[in-house]
Amino acid sequence: MSAVTSPTRRATTSVGTGDDIGAVDTIRRGVRHSPELVDGMVGTLLLAVLSTVGQVVVPVAVQQTLDRGIGAPGGPDVGFTVLMAVAAGVAVLVTGVASYLMTARLFVAAETGLATLRVKAFRHVHDLPMGTQDTERRGALVSRVTSDIDQVSQFIVFGGVLFIVSIGQILVATVVMAVYDWRLTLVVWVCFAPLFASLRYFQRKLSQAYGIVRNQVGVMLSAIAEPVVGAAVVRSYAVEARTQARIDTSIDRYRSAATKAQGFTAVSFSLGGISAGLANAGVIVVGVWLGLAGDVTAGEILAFAFLVTLFVGPVQMGTQILTDAQNAIAGWRRVVALLDTPAELVDPGEDGAELPDRAVDVELDDVWFAYGGGEPVLRGITLRIEAGRRVAVVGETGSGKSTIAKLLTRLADPTDGAVRLDGVDLREVRGGSLRRRVVLVPQEGFLFDDTVLANLRYGDLDADEERVLAAAAEIGVDDWLLGLPEGVRTRVGQRGESLSAGERQLVALLRAHLADPDLLVLDEATSAVDPALEMRISRALEALMDGRTSITIAHRLTTAENADEVVVVDAGRVVQHGPHAALVAQPDGVYARLHRSWVAQQAVATER
Amino acid sequence: MPASSRDRSTTAAGLKVLGVAIRREPWVFTVSAVGSVLFGALTVADAWVLGWSTDHVVLPAFETGEVGAGALWAVFGLFVGVAILRAVGIVARRLGAGIMQYRMEAHYRRAVTRQYLSLPMSWHHRHPTGVLLSNANSDVQAAWGPVAPLPMAVGTIAMMVVAVAQMLLTDVVLAVVGLLVFPAVIAVNLWFQRVTSPLMTRVQELRGEVSEIAHESFEGALVVKTLGREAEETERFARRTADLRDVAIEAGRRRALFDPLLNALPSIGVLLVLVVGVVRVLDGDTDAGAVVTVAYLLTVVAFPIRSIGWLLGELPRSVVGFDRVHAVLEERAGMEYGVSPAPRTDAGGALLEVENVRYGYDAAAPVLQDVSFRVEPGRTVALVGPTASGKSTLTALLSRLVDPAAGHVRVDGTDLRDLAPGALAEVLAVVPQTAFLFDDTVRGNVALGADVTDDEVWAALRVAQADGFVARLPQGLDSQLGERGTTLSGGQRQRLALARALVRRPRLLVLDDATSAVDPEVEARILAALREGADGATVVVVAYRKATISLADEVVHLDQGRIVDRGPHAALLERSPAYARLVNAYEALPEEVQA
Repeated sequence: MSAVTSPTRRATTSVGTGDDIGAVDTIRRGVRHSPELVDGMVGTLLLAVLSTVGQVVVPVAVQQTLDRGIGAPGGPDVGFTVLMAVAAGVAVLVTGVASYLMTARLFVAAETGLATLRVKAFRHVHDLPMGTQDTERRGALVSRVTSDIDQVSQFIVFGGVLFIVSIGQILVATVVMAVYDWRLTLVVWVCFAPLFASLRYFQRKLSQAYGIVRNQVGVMLSAIAEPVVGAAVVRSYAVEARTQARIDTSIDRYRSAATKAQGFTAVSFSLGGISAGLANAGVIVVGVWLGLAGDVTAGEILAFAFLVTLFVGPVQMGTQILTDAQNAIAGWRRVVALLDTPAELVDPGEDGAELPDRAVDVELDDVWFAYGGGEPVLRGITLRIEAGRRVAVVGETGSGKSTIAKLLTRLADPTDGAVRLDGVDLREVRGGSLRRRVVLVPQEGFLFDDTVLANLRYGDLDADEERVLAAAAEIGVDDWLLGLPEGVRTRVGQRGESLSAGERQLVALLRAHLADPDLLVLDEATSAVDPALEMRISRALEALMDGRTSITIAHRLTTAENADEVVVVDAGRVVQHGPHAALVAQPDGVYARLHRSWVAQQAVATER
Repeated sequence: MPASSRDRSTTAAGLKVLGVAIRREPWVFTVSAVGSVLFGALTVADAWVLGWSTDHVVLPAFETGEVGAGALWAVFGLFVGVAILRAVGIVARRLGAGIMQYRMEAHYRRAVTRQYLSLPMSWHHRHPTGVLLSNANSDVQAAWGPVAPLPMAVGTIAMMVVAVAQMLLTDVVLAVVGLLVFPAVIAVNLWFQRVTSPLMTRVQELRGEVSEIAHESFEGALVVKTLGREAEETERFARRTADLRDVAIEAGRRRALFDPLLNALPSIGVLLVLVVGVVRVLDGDTDAGAVVTVAYLLTVVAFPIRSIGWLLGELPRSVVGFDRVHAVLEERAGMEYGVSPAPRTDAGGALLEVENVRYGYDAAAPVLQDVSFRVEPGRTVALVGPTASGKSTLTALLSRLVDPAAGHVRVDGTDLRDLAPGALAEVLAVVPQTAFLFDDTVRGNVALGADVTDDEVWAALRVAQADGFVARLPQGLDSQLGERGTTLSGGQRQRLALARALVRRPRLLVLDDATSAVDPEVEARILAALREGADGATVVVVAYRKATISLADEVVHLDQGRIVDRGPHAALLERSPAYARLVNAYEALPEEVQA
């Protein structure tokens, strides 16, 4: 027994929210997932430094032109003015070019890196076990590979590097100020200290406030969908007022959450301005006081006041970026958390075993299973099925029979015990081999919004039209296929909704046939379809099961009657196993009881 | 040029949309606009305070060698006072803009969802779900997007007017030179919008496609996983993602050109003013102070002018969103109601009469034609027929989701169209084929606001065979079911929908193949309990399975929208080969195949 089968292990994990990942940690791990983000980072940062210097130089040059050119003692100095203007013009040009190159490089790095992240996250969703996928709303998973990443992109281009630039500018301004007068520099920093100190607090508050906003958006979207998706129910139960009240509440909750978050943003942003006012006042007051002691001249105080504005600008910019970053970091965090969610069904890869290309025998050895650490659904199932047999699994709703189908197809691994095909533990079978040899036909035949042909190719990528038609003939659905409006090129619509439920099942069966598995696991459809189509489906099923080991999760007892063996599951245990006739002959058995109530229904139906 | 006239009309339409918001929230708008103007004015005041301090405190102090505490306090007070007022301005502007934007969104979301609730089913059938959902969400959001930068733009305009006037008063020539920046900024803005808007549209489209692929692929995860097609799906997603990346990068490059240009223009303007200014000072046309003032005012104004660009940039999206939302709001089609109360509300079944009913989505090909039948109180009738025979449409007519094109549906002698709103629901309950659950608790979903006790809820759950799994849920009746009950299986959802109908003790119960996703044994128990516990209600049941049909006293056999026969199940089996084929096909199939 390998360590992975420890019974205490949770069988299903939900997708992480990432709430426990810190901001810096998020960025660090996010960058590790998309290394392209830091490609050419040195060059980009050099350009950033250049444009930073430019942004300081230009106002200084303007200031100098005013002071020593136009306002020069003894009349304007034309030569100096033009010289400075040209110098400033060159600085403007260099700054512009540098910041163009920087932003363009950032766009390339960000979009390339995030495209990688998107694809990685998408693949990871598919690698998650079925149970984990089910813990999330599908829409929420979609937003992790779409809008969450879009937000990160905005942040990286307009936030990340600008933030570094702002810090650079703050440092440059501090150095220049210190060269003028270190005491006044100290005054400025003291005035800004409370702002810097309060940043962490505001970041936390903001992050909480936006967390609430995100939750409320989800609730609101779900409420807004109800009058559309549930239009018929709302009308036939005349619950318009109740529905509207619920919608209104969710709309209001979202509005007030969003407004509150906006309030925090506004207040945190306005603090920068107050600090700037304090700094200006401090510089003048302390400057005059120092000046009276003879250390500073009036001109120096005024020049210093100008330098303060160079300091204030980037501080404001930096605070703004930090605020905007909350959303982006939250999005990034959710993507990182998704990637952190273990894809528990580890594919052994090249080291894994290949399944033989023939009907396999199946063995469940003391299999236990529980969803998400809850009550066990399966309690020690032991079962052996010979190759080529046709087996029906029956049991009441909630008996655990559908879970058996999941374990057989490795949509989940048992919490304890083992599932073996031809004596090989499923966990040791190479993923590709498993998917080729074992195919599940689910209850609802999900189709992709494409042609019938494209949907069938999910079963066999190499199948051309000819192969598809041949396969269709083998299971007797070729005339149906050709009878579609545009044959195999007929488009099936979203989720296949242009086809009827029965037709979708036919496509699913043909798809499975093209995949040519050795073990076929069928979760029998329960929805009623047209009798004529039902006939076709049954014939196709017959042909499909021929020469393969097949295990059907049966919802109809006729299916069980026709199987070679019947496995009766009750409360997570196998209670009976044998041919139909033998099981019916045990009058106290669960199967006999199920059968009796079914026969009684049929009898009532025929009597009446 | 037609393009530019379209731009203009879009801008005009966009400004009209903003007008709607201002009229709707005049006070919030005023507060935020005043806040914005205050912010602008105080930005200018900051420079004035510095000037005042220089003239009245700093220079005198150095000349006299002493300074009074009062003067220093005045400097301190002025700077901090201006800063605090400016902070107030920022908060008023930003918070006001937010309140206004979120309120407008809320108003319109309420209005749109009200429409969704009041428009008839026929309207819903004509409009795809996805479109309606985006009308209530992203279109509303797009419509009121420009409300956020609006106060800032208003403040900027106010500031611009003041600054431009001041510049002109100071020195006309220098002002004109400086003001050249404005057309340049506008030209850059227009250019930017022209070269990026097709790319931005494409980016939006690709975002939509990427999201669609993800949605579909995750929804079909079971197929992808069980057929081992993860790599191919990832490839499909990666291709579209790469397209998105490429277009986004191209748009980004243009954006990268735009920002530095916009930043450089004011600086260039200031430099121009300085150069021209120094010449004019030499010529004696103006003095150095005037040059400084104009240069300063230019730096103050030129930067925030970008906010007007942002506002204009948002308008086209806003107009599209607003128009789409308004198309919904202007729909006037509604269902006409009468004033009659529910005919009787005491226990016992209702009398149902369907008389010469015709119905069709398309008049040429009616779905139902000449349908007449009568169900006596307390009787159970099964509607049986092949797919598309009109069974589900008939149930929609019974529950008045739609009205017949001709003929009448009557309950206890009253035409459904004469009933007051809500009156029919007191008599009738329908359980549809696909159960719809609200994002609510089990209790909320079953009771749906009806005045019922927990015991009654449990009793209904018991009849629907749902008490077992509900009892096992962590919070029992208080368990939240999540969006559309996705945490439950199809059969569990159906049983909750059934309990929802039963708890209201309807006098007429309509079941539209409502036990299709339930195991035969569970179904048998439900049917048995229904037969015993339906309080003598009249029941109309759409059925495929014999067991369900067997519940009925009588069968109405429908084919292609007409009643072909009616009578007890056994009698129909005997006399109608078509009926026998229909009902036997489903149950008898596997044997036949084996034979």
